[in-house]
Amino acid sequence: MHLTNIELGKIGEDLAADYLQGCGYVILGRNWRSARVELDIIAHDKNTLVFCEVKTRRSISYGYPSEAITAIKLAHIRTAALHWLTHNRKKYSGVRFDVVSVLYGSNEKSKITHIKGLD
Amino acid sequence: MTLARACGVVVNGVEGLVVDIEAYLSQGLPGMTIVGLPDTSVGESRDRVRAAVLNSKLAWPAERRITVGLSPASIHKRGASLDLGIALAILSAHSQVPEISNTIAVGELALDGQVRPVRGVLVAALAAYQRGYETLIVPLSQVSEAQLVLGLTVIGVRTLLDAVSYLRGELLDLPQAPPLLNPEHVVPDLSDVRGQSNARHALEIAAAGGHHLAFLGSPGVGKTMLAQRLPGLLPQLTDDQAVEVTAIYSAAGLLPVGQGLIRTPPFQGPHHTTTKAALIGGGSNTVRVGMVTLANHGVLCLDEAAEFERSVLDALRQPMESGLVAIARSGFSTVLPARFQLVLASNPCPCGKFVGIGADCSCSSQVRRRYFSRLSGPLLDRIDLRVTLERPSMSELDPSSGDPESTEVVANRVQEARARATKRFAGEVWSVNSQVPGPVMRKRYPVSEKGQSLLYRDTSELSARGVDRVLRVSWTIADLRGHDIPTEIDVAAALMYRDGNGSWQAS
Repeated sequence: MHLTNIELGKIGEDLAADYLQGCGYVILGRNWRSARVELDIIAHDKNTLVFCEVKTRRSISYGYPSEAITAIKLAHIRTAALHWLTHNRKKYSGVRFDVVSVLYGSNEKSKITHIKGLD
Repeated sequence: MTLARACGVVVNGVEGLVVDIEAYLSQGLPGMTIVGLPDTSVGESRDRVRAAVLNSKLAWPAERRITVGLSPASIHKRGASLDLGIALAILSAHSQVPEISNTIAVGELALDGQVRPVRGVLVAALAAYQRGYETLIVPLSQVSEAQLVLGLTVIGVRTLLDAVSYLRGELLDLPQAPPLLNPEHVVPDLSDVRGQSNARHALEIAAAGGHHLAFLGSPGVGKTMLAQRLPGLLPQLTDDQAVEVTAIYSAAGLLPVGQGLIRTPPFQGPHHTTTKAALIGGGSNTVRVGMVTLANHGVLCLDEAAEFERSVLDALRQPMESGLVAIARSGFSTVLPARFQLVLASNPCPCGKFVGIGADCSCSSQVRRRYFSRLSGPLLDRIDLRVTLERPSMSELDPSSGDPESTEVVANRVQEARARATKRFAGEVWSVNSQVPGPVMRKRYPVSEKGQSLLYRDTSELSARGVDRVLRVSWTIADLRGHDIPTEIDVAAALMYRDGNGSWQAS
């Protein structure tokens, strides 16, 4: 069975959400859209709010998934995060931007790498 | 290990600056940043190093953020010579090679992992040696250049893999480095120049005493030919001078691969459109050496001197006195050696015929004055020997009249005169007459009494510096003639050469 890229991305995001929950994160929202930008996962790590971008690839022949996240993409995520915060006014001790890169392999052989706290 | 160090060298002026290269692998978005004031060519090594590592079948730190720090961080770094060091620092931070201490690596990486030659290998070797490093890794073709510095272990590598296997302690099976070329320098011979006995004599004096020289004359009388033959009359460079000159050419990237020590005095003949920065040296963030530095311990020949910008010529005044150029910019200040011997050649006026009584000259006096005023008074005051060249007679040009003296004959006389001066100056920092400071000259090396009275009777026309310069030339003439002390005739000759047969005030 051949997955389209959209299906692959969806599977990757599910895997990432499971992974984060396994790490004790509370998922606050998924696929929240602001204008053209989508926040993949918004979660809660203890008192820290985490905006998480998920990137999934089948192989590294075009580079690792996390390499596809550019400075421009990151800037978009920041703008969207500000937008999200104006809609969800609560107190958090801090905000963090993470990346979960998923190297997809069938039969639960996917490799997940979690990069915390981008700057 | 996620943090490792390696060392490289960048060229800074005519010196090598040892750069500590640190590589740090951290969590974060994959990418590589280079900090520590890299210029574009250093910054681009990011892409070269990555491609070279991957194409060498080595692993690139995956999903890691790589920070490369270059120290000292406050000095601008230029050139691709840090590529190899950066690659090795990253590989050892990634635990693929052991961390290296006491070793410096220089070389530019090609995308396929080959190590390419870089400029300044000799200055890198000198810097490495002075800073107490034991081993230097260089591109294979430049091994011989680095080996000019004794006391360093030089490892030549063809590829990044060669360097890696050397550091891993695996035996290297490298082809022999190319042998040094014998730098046979062909200087044109003095026997090509017919007639001009006065100018030939002045050239001989200039060679013997290291004096600055100016030729004035009509087109086609042999000014340029004579000037080009000066390096052939000068003695070979001493060991220290040869290392200094070779290091300058290495730093400037002008040393051909396989060239050994430069033994012949360098000759630089800049075109008259040359700018001040090109002549003196300059640059905004990093220093570029100028032609005066390339002419260090050799000859700087300005042909068609009156066609140069006046400000360019006047920029030579200070280095002519001190033998140094100090260059200061916002980013750096540095002192470069510039002990050159100046040879000027010029036409007397735009039509070139105002020699002697100047009957054929078609230029108005105003045009002549404007043309010649490019050579400013202060510049001319620093030139000891000024010769006006007359058109040689037809009998002199006739090949059946026998060959004039050859370079070899004249160079022997120069050698003897220089030996006399060296003996006289034993234990001093100077070895030729032109380098003796004025006050020392006046106090310790007076001329004969008759010469003295001739000189001071004449000083109405001479500046104080002019007196010192006449004294120096008198001594050189005495050395050439084998006199123990300059006689009246030696002083008279020196005064005549300074006066330039009157033509230099003509306009």
